[in-house]
Amino acid sequence: MLAKVIVVTSGKGGVGKTTTSAALAAGLALRGHKTVVIDFDVGLRNLDLVMGCERRVVFDFINVINGDANLNQALIKDKRHDNLFIFPTSQTRDKNALKREGVERVMEELKQQFEYIICDSPAGIEHGAITALYFADSAIIVTNPEVSSVRDSDRIIGILASKSRRAERNESAVEVHLLLTRYDPGRVAKGEMLAVDDVKEILSIPLLGVIPESESVLRASNTGTPVVFDEDSPAGRAYVDAVARFLGEQREMRFVKPERRSFFRALFGRA
Amino acid sequence: MGFFRSLFQPRRSSAQVAKERLKIVLAHERASSRAPDFLPNLQKELLAVVGRYVEISDDGIRVTLGGSGDTSMLEINIEIESGKLKKSNGAGPALSAAV
Repeated sequence: MLAKVIVVTSGKGGVGKTTTSAALAAGLALRGHKTVVIDFDVGLRNLDLVMGCERRVVFDFINVINGDANLNQALIKDKRHDNLFIFPTSQTRDKNALKREGVERVMEELKQQFEYIICDSPAGIEHGAITALYFADSAIIVTNPEVSSVRDSDRIIGILASKSRRAERNESAVEVHLLLTRYDPGRVAKGEMLAVDDVKEILSIPLLGVIPESESVLRASNTGTPVVFDEDSPAGRAYVDAVARFLGEQREMRFVKPERRSFFRALFGRA
Repeated sequence: MGFFRSLFQPRRSSAQVAKERLKIVLAHERASSRAPDFLPNLQKELLAVVGRYVEISDDGIRVTLGGSGDTSMLEINIEIESGKLKKSNGAGPALSAAV
């Protein structure tokens, strides 16, 4: 089985890369695929918190690259699902600690054990972000329906097409997918927010999913639970759909139209 | 007043404004940032080769990569100052010497 490397990237910070990485990894694990999610944000480790394993980190990515620990000592097995593993990054301030040769060696080793390798990219277009996308077979472009996020996504799509290993080796291009997050159909209907079709048209890449703005996302990170484990949450269900589409299934887009509010809620309620 | 204005003068929504602004800025950025790295070198070499035959100034050459959809076009514009064509006898040997 040939492992697939997926980078979750965006250029802009704060759009939901780590939330998406956690949800995607957990979603793939729930579908029966052995998956590891790697934090590439050296110095600003956060995936461990979002995945709820921050107290179990002993060794990290840099330790493995430097040979201070082996891979299996650093990998953290998720307590909720047997197929899910977390590979935390280091808190070192040396941003260039991720040497490409070292990362490549670790990636090859991970490919022997896993079906999917999710790379949670740092924001920006510096060394860390380039290293995170370099080995990718697929990329999930996390975008908010907002001008600066769309512009940065366009930039990162260009970088994937020119700086990834696939581009350097003239292999088939990295498969890119648009994931629109923090979407508010109500505001879109009022003309206050870019619509899914607008963003799709501007970036002209295929749409993997639309994740509605949802209270459950904050609740999930508060408790360190990937949002797909919350079956009542619209965002969780939207991520489950996105994972299914990633695996090749057809699913109708949900949560893209404003919810119909009951008369009483419209009169008295806020949400 | 606001009511009458909205009645007679349909305003664009802020989302529409956002979309138009993005389209314009990205068209510019795609043209410049996705240009391949070899363009400056190509420009320098072209300047050297063409300069053997005709007199051109350093800023008299412009190399751009553009196009739309599936086709891309490499556009090379060289400005020759009028009356500055070199004589052909000197140019021939210069080229063969370089090869």
